[in-house]
Order: sequence, then structure tokens, then C-alpha cells
Amino acid sequence: MITHFFNQMPALVVVVPMLAAPLVVLAHRQWAAWLIFVGACWAIFGMAFLLFVEAKIAGQVSYAVGGWAPPFGIQLVIDPFNALVLLLVTGVAALTSLYARASIAAEIVAERGYLVYALLLLCIAGLVGITITGDAFNLFVFLEISSLSSYALIAMGPKRRALLSAFQYLIMGTVGGTFLLIGIGLVFMMTGTLNMADLASRLPPVADTHTVQAALAFIVVGLSLKAALFPLHVWLPNAYTYAPSVVSAFISATATKVAVYAVFRFVFTVFGVDYAFGTLPLGEVLLVLSAIAMIAASLAAIFQTDVKRLLAWSSIAQMGYIVAGFALATPDGISAGLVHLLNHGLIKGALFMAVGALFWRLRGSSINDLAGMGRAMPVTSAAFVVGGLSLIGVPATAGFISKWVLLSALFEAHRYLLVAMLLLASLLSIIYVGRVIEALYFRARPDDVTEHAHGEAPLGMQLATWALIAANIAIGLHATPELGAAQRAAAGLMGGGT
Amino acid sequence: MREHTVLRIVTQLVVAPILIFALYVQFHGEYSPGGGFQAGVIFASAIVLYGLIFGVEAARRAIPPTALRIGAALGLLVFGGTGVATMLLGGNFLEYDVLLPKPEKGQHYGLIIIELGVGITVASVMIAIFYVFAGRGRHRDEDEPA
Repeated sequence: MITHFFNQMPALVVVVPMLAAPLVVLAHRQWAAWLIFVGACWAIFGMAFLLFVEAKIAGQVSYAVGGWAPPFGIQLVIDPFNALVLLLVTGVAALTSLYARASIAAEIVAERGYLVYALLLLCIAGLVGITITGDAFNLFVFLEISSLSSYALIAMGPKRRALLSAFQYLIMGTVGGTFLLIGIGLVFMMTGTLNMADLASRLPPVADTHTVQAALAFIVVGLSLKAALFPLHVWLPNAYTYAPSVVSAFISATATKVAVYAVFRFVFTVFGVDYAFGTLPLGEVLLVLSAIAMIAASLAAIFQTDVKRLLAWSSIAQMGYIVAGFALATPDGISAGLVHLLNHGLIKGALFMAVGALFWRLRGSSINDLAGMGRAMPVTSAAFVVGGLSLIGVPATAGFISKWVLLSALFEAHRYLLVAMLLLASLLSIIYVGRVIEALYFRARPDDVTEHAHGEAPLGMQLATWALIAANIAIGLHATPELGAAQRAAAGLMGGGT
Repeated sequence: MREHTVLRIVTQLVVAPILIFALYVQFHGEYSPGGGFQAGVIFASAIVLYGLIFGVEAARRAIPPTALRIGAALGLLVFGGTGVATMLLGGNFLEYDVLLPKPEKGQHYGLIIIELGVGITVASVMIAIFYVFAGRGRHRDEDEPA
């Protein structure tokens, strides 16, 4: 029985949040909904950890949905690459569940609270599904599940502008999804299969056709839209700014990361390194775009007046770092990209959670609102400072590890211009993080603020924020396990796929 | 619509056949074109027609929004629950073979059950969407924050 349970884990990781969602809707009451949410999130986090260990030992875990053997049925595959992404998504989900109770109670009308939990669960199920599926069409289906739920989640933001931002994201996201589907349709037309491993073996003979070239272009552009890679980032600042705090924190830490994962799953596993980076100039295109993203988005972040919007622009810049690593297509580059993918998830999750805690108290997130909050909410402000330092890349934080491995990979590939760009972008990040810290600590609280604007956020919110901060510091002090796992993943990808 | 006698009488006549046709499409789905999604939409269309002719309030009395919320969740649970049942019986997720002693019977009934789940959810969500659109302007006070 126990071995049967272990064998079923790849399916359960998706099925548990997906079935917890209707249970939440049936439970209806907010505390019951929250309990189910917490249970489901921590259950899948535990299973993700076991799967991570299993993938490390066995090299790959495969699961045939419905008992139909691949390539005919849908296959779920966990390898060292996506095991790390799975760990990030479920880990952030588990901490989000602690954070959610107080944040949702403060920002969402009480009778709609259960809907946020249900939608978050569906979004988690979709993201986990994208991460572990080994089937191209199934990936599209899970992408739609996560996208549709995140549109609705963003629309639930406390301000009316949230509706407009969600609609903007819906239009862009649907274009992205459609492009992905067109691309998958084209490769299916050429090969007659949808299983990724099977596609990888059947594509090379027909790779020299315009159809397959167009397919790669459609898939990369479609998924880059979801990943907010410059210049396809237009939807992101509004979506992150107007979404409820808990949604900003969860989505910023996971959704774009999973989309980047999907881009490179297709590029490396399905199309192959030699095809995408040798025959076609994908690497050069992505490197140029990511360099522009680093500089342009960091500059934009400096001029923002709202902290959430500032962090959103910073996310676009950070996507540039991640993509630059992967686009080098060297083992060091890929592992650097993957390391920053994970670390940036932890950093942005922590920062958005800290801002959410400030929002919980202030009901606003403009930089002027934050004036003097370093004294009123010392614990939360300290969390923001540590997270901000990690974002800049100060030693002993996860951000430093990311930048170190990324810089060494860039040096090794002799991309000195990109090295300069990355350092410049880091300097710019000092400015925008500094602006927030300046407001928090070096400005006086406005006189008209009454006493109720003092005191810390509820325990659950602080616990989740500091857990992510602790993860940042832990990685900063002892990065060997993470680097080892990322190198194994990169070696697996370069070795020709699943 | 009170004065349109023809519309009212015809609607009264066709609503029941539409509902029965939906059930036919639902349970005959594996032999003929159809299945859960189509059946759900047809079922919902009967309620939409009823709502258009007799008013949304009458439709709401017939099928209250709470029932739709439960229906939408229940359908998904029926689908996923079938998958969990196959896991508990020793198979993989949605491996219908293990549901009954004969694998082909298991496939047959497994498919009918999950299609029923799809039908319930689709019908509920379709009707819910109709209520939201048709109710716009009447319940503005609840929908719009100050």
C-alpha cells in the first residue's frame, strides 16, 4: 500500500490541489476553506520533497496517467530539472497558505474569501501540472488552468483598476496561450506525437522545414509572453500592482518562473540545444532581449512611486538575468539561470509578502505611504531590507550566489558586454531598493497619522515572510546543495533531455 | 414577455424535451456525437430559455445560485473522485480498468461517470454565467464596492 502511494505521488501532486478547490467551494466558510487550503499546500510540498529526493536517486520518475503507456497516454515526468521548480512552486504555496488568512481577511469581501482559496488552489494545480507534465498538449491545458485562475485572482484586487489590469493580462495571456497551441499544433502535424521525449526523437528528421522553425518561434514567443520576457512584459506591472497582496506574492514567485521553465523545457528537451542555438539564432535573440530587459526595466523601476509596481518592474529585469543564463546554453549558464530562477522566486516572494504586510496596516503601497514605517513596523521593515539586499546581491544572501554563478558563466562564455550590463543593472537595483529603504527608515511619519497605524502584522504573515527571508540567507551562507542540484539538472538537459 | 402568449406556451412545451435531450446526449455520448460538455450546454440552454421568457427571478427560483455553486464543485469532484477511486483500487489516476472485474466494462462505466461530472459542472457554470449577465444592473449594490 505504501509503495503504491509513493508510485502515485506524481499524480497526487496535481490532483490534491485540484480536488481541494471544489472542496473549498463546498465548505464555503472562510476558516474551513483556509484549513483545506493549508492542508493541501503542505501535503503537496511534502510530496514534492519526496519526489525531489526520488528524482535525485533514480534520475527520473515517470508516471503514466490512466495506465496508458507513453507515448500514447499522458506522461508525467520528474527529473532533476523540474524537481527543483516543483519544490519552488509547492514551497511558496505552502508559505502562502500561512500568509493568506490575515491578508485575505483584510483585502477581500468576506463572502468572496473562499473563492480566492479555490482559485489559488487551481492556480497551484495548473503550475504544478506545467512543471511535471511530459506531454506538450497537456502542458497547454495546465497553462490555461493556471492562467484562467490567475486572471480571476488579479481581478479580485481591492481597487477597481484590478479589473482593467486583469483584462489586459487576459488579452496578452490568451495571445500567448494561442501561440503556444499553434506551435504545438505545428510540431504535432510534422511528427504525429505530443509526448515530449517522443517529439525529441521524431523532430530531427523534419527539423529542416519551415513548419518546425515556425513551431519553435510560436512556442518561444507564446511562453515568453507568460514569462514577461522583454518586450512582452506589458501586462505584468499592472497585474502585480493591483492584485491582492497574497496573489502578488504567490504569482510573482511562481508563475513567470514556471513559464520560463516551460520555454526551456521545449527548447532543450524537445527541440534540442543544437537546433535552437546552433541552426537557429535563438541564443543571440534571447541574450539581446535579456540585456535590454535588465537595463530598461531597472531604469523604469527607479521612477516608480508605488512599491508593488517598483517590484514588478524589478521582476521584469530579473527575468532578464534568468533568461540570459539559460540562453548561454552552456552547462554553467543553464545552472546559473536555474539558480536565479529559484532564488528570485524566494526573493520576490519575500519582498511582496513584506509589502503585503505593510499594505495590511497602511491600506496603501505608495512609497510616500511607507514614510517612517521602519519604526512603526520594525520586524516587517527589517524583512524588506534583508530581501532588498538579496535582490541587490549583497554577500551572504541568495541574490549574491545567483549573481556570482551568473557572472562566472558569462565570463566563461566571453560575454563581457553582458557582464557590464549585469553589473550596471545591479547598481540600478541599489537605487530602487534604496528609495524604499530611505522612505521606511529616514523619513518621519506624517503628523496626521493616528495611533492605529502602529503595530506589526499578524503572526501568520510574518512567519511566512521570514521563512522566505531565512531561505534566502540559508542559501546565501550554504549554497552547495542548491548549486549541486542545479548542476545535475543542467547536465541532464545538455545530455539530450528526459 | 407577459403579453407574448405564443412564446410562453411554446417555451412551456419545449423546456422539458430540451432537458431530456440533454440527458440523452449525456448518456449516449460514447455511441453517438455528444458527451458531458455538450449535454451540459444543452441542459443550461433550457434554463436560459426559461429565464429569457419568464424572467431571471423565475429561473433563480427554479435553480437557485447556491445549487449552481454546489453543482459546479460536485461535478469536478465526481471527475477527480473517479480518478482517486482508481488509485485506491490499485491502478493509476483514471485507469478505469480496475473499476470493475472486466477491464472493458471498467472503461465503459468509468467514462460514463466522468462525463456525468463534466456535464454537471458545465451545466452549472453555464447557468451561473447567464445569471451573472442577466442579473447585471439589478444587484448593483452588492457587486460594486463603494
